[in-house]
Amino acid sequence: MRLNDEEQAILAGEQGPVPKQALEHQVAVGRFFGADDFVPVTQAHIMADTESLGPSGVDWLESLADERIGRTMVRIPTITDPRGTDFAKAGMLKQADWMVGLERRTVLAFTKLGVSMTDTCINYQTIQAPVRGEHVAFGDTGVVIYSNSVCGARSNFEGGPSALAAGLTGRTPRYGFHLDAQRQATVRIRVDHTPRTLNDWGALGGVIGRLAGNYWSVPVVEGLEGAPGSDALKHFGAAMASFGSIALFHLVGITPEAQRLSDVGGDRLPLAHRVGRAEIDALQQGYAVDDQVDVVVFSAPQLSLYELRDLAALCDGRRFARPLLAVTSPQVKPDADRMGITERIEAAGGQVLSGMCFYQSYAREIAEANGWKRLATNSAKLVNILGGYGYVPMLASMERCVDAAETGRLT
Amino acid sequence: MSAQQWIARHAIGQTVRGTALVASDGFSARYDLDRLKGVFSRPAHKLAGQSYAGRILVLDTAKGGVASAWMLREMASRGIVPLALVFNSVNPILVQGAAFGGVTMLAGFDVDVTKEVPHGATVEIDPAARCLRVVG
Repeated sequence: MRLNDEEQAILAGEQGPVPKQALEHQVAVGRFFGADDFVPVTQAHIMADTESLGPSGVDWLESLADERIGRTMVRIPTITDPRGTDFAKAGMLKQADWMVGLERRTVLAFTKLGVSMTDTCINYQTIQAPVRGEHVAFGDTGVVIYSNSVCGARSNFEGGPSALAAGLTGRTPRYGFHLDAQRQATVRIRVDHTPRTLNDWGALGGVIGRLAGNYWSVPVVEGLEGAPGSDALKHFGAAMASFGSIALFHLVGITPEAQRLSDVGGDRLPLAHRVGRAEIDALQQGYAVDDQVDVVVFSAPQLSLYELRDLAALCDGRRFARPLLAVTSPQVKPDADRMGITERIEAAGGQVLSGMCFYQSYAREIAEANGWKRLATNSAKLVNILGGYGYVPMLASMERCVDAAETGRLT
Repeated sequence: MSAQQWIARHAIGQTVRGTALVASDGFSARYDLDRLKGVFSRPAHKLAGQSYAGRILVLDTAKGGVASAWMLREMASRGIVPLALVFNSVNPILVQGAAFGGVTMLAGFDVDVTKEVPHGATVEIDPAARCLRVVG
């Protein structure tokens, strides 16, 4: 791997042990993938909930933050993915003190490192969307796939340690989706039904993710009608990344790199799959195993202001028999409060949480503490994740989920 | 190349030897594992219910989210971690996690390695040679 003078100096320890450790990690990853060199990045986004870090990860972060020799702060705008709690509602979730304690230690360590605690997985809707061709180092697969596909930015999946390393060094190994060749389509898919609801968009993303199969696949999709909105593509991409580990898709005539099929080499690919209403329904039916519901969750990704507004309209005049949790970002929550949206949801018995994500918040432990097992959501990403945490997750429209919160039954 | 030895395109970590747990399925530390009990917990996973601690996992591809980048090190800190990971194809997250957690990994073969390595075989991984071989 070719290193410039500055990178060699960092590895020699001339900027201190923190940048040195960061660059050593990046070199190891870059060599694995055969990267020729590094590419400068303009933003980094770190996934670092404490269920993932564990005590050892928090100890490690604190060791970096407490280092006093040399350069110890991030050098580019570096932000965070959702935390593992909403500090104001940890008691309601029945999270243990030790979980909240780990979260507080993590926030302190990141702050010392100069990281901005945005605690959001929808930074492309709320903080600053990257632009076409911008090289970034983003964590959270939903953030990466949206930024690559909808914005035309360039990022690989950067796990927490690598995204922090990118923040500390201002660069990342040049491999994968930083390269033109990797961004060409590898599988051509025709869609015969354009979804109308967010759960259907998520289910379609899940179907395509399963078909495409792995990180290095780049689906190009034909046949969608109209221009999907940001929330639709948010659910579509997040589910595709979750079900298939996909980091980039192209929608012909919609996403910026595929105004024509030939722009991404799709004209040279045979039509590999057709996806219609039946496949979208089948994915959702695969999760429809019970009609009883213990909890309703809207999360993964965090809800936009428009999603919360739609949810509030469905909550008006209701009284919920089951907990209903709606999770949003710290940037959206104040607007929802100011506009009365939060009040309308909570008047029906729901809860609006901020700065966390349900599955990143000790999902197994809060299930046991609250007696939650059968969970209804409109997030395809969430149903794909929660099976491993012992839940029976079910996928339905926002309307049906709200009905389930009122009646306790998903019909 | 003998029928009992395969060369990968990518490798990281130290030489290890252990029992192979083989399945034509994906891998995500967040989605698939009960990391406290050390077993595959996602019901639909082909290794559901099996312990992964100290085993060499031979699987098709890396799946799911970015959490695995932290989780391999966290699992290692408690001593409940796979001995090594072998994939037909891998995503950056597992590689970053292996680098961060000190877990041996091979990826990228000319054959479907999940169809070649016998489940339960004793295998050795030599990252310097990018080699996976059956030794017993």
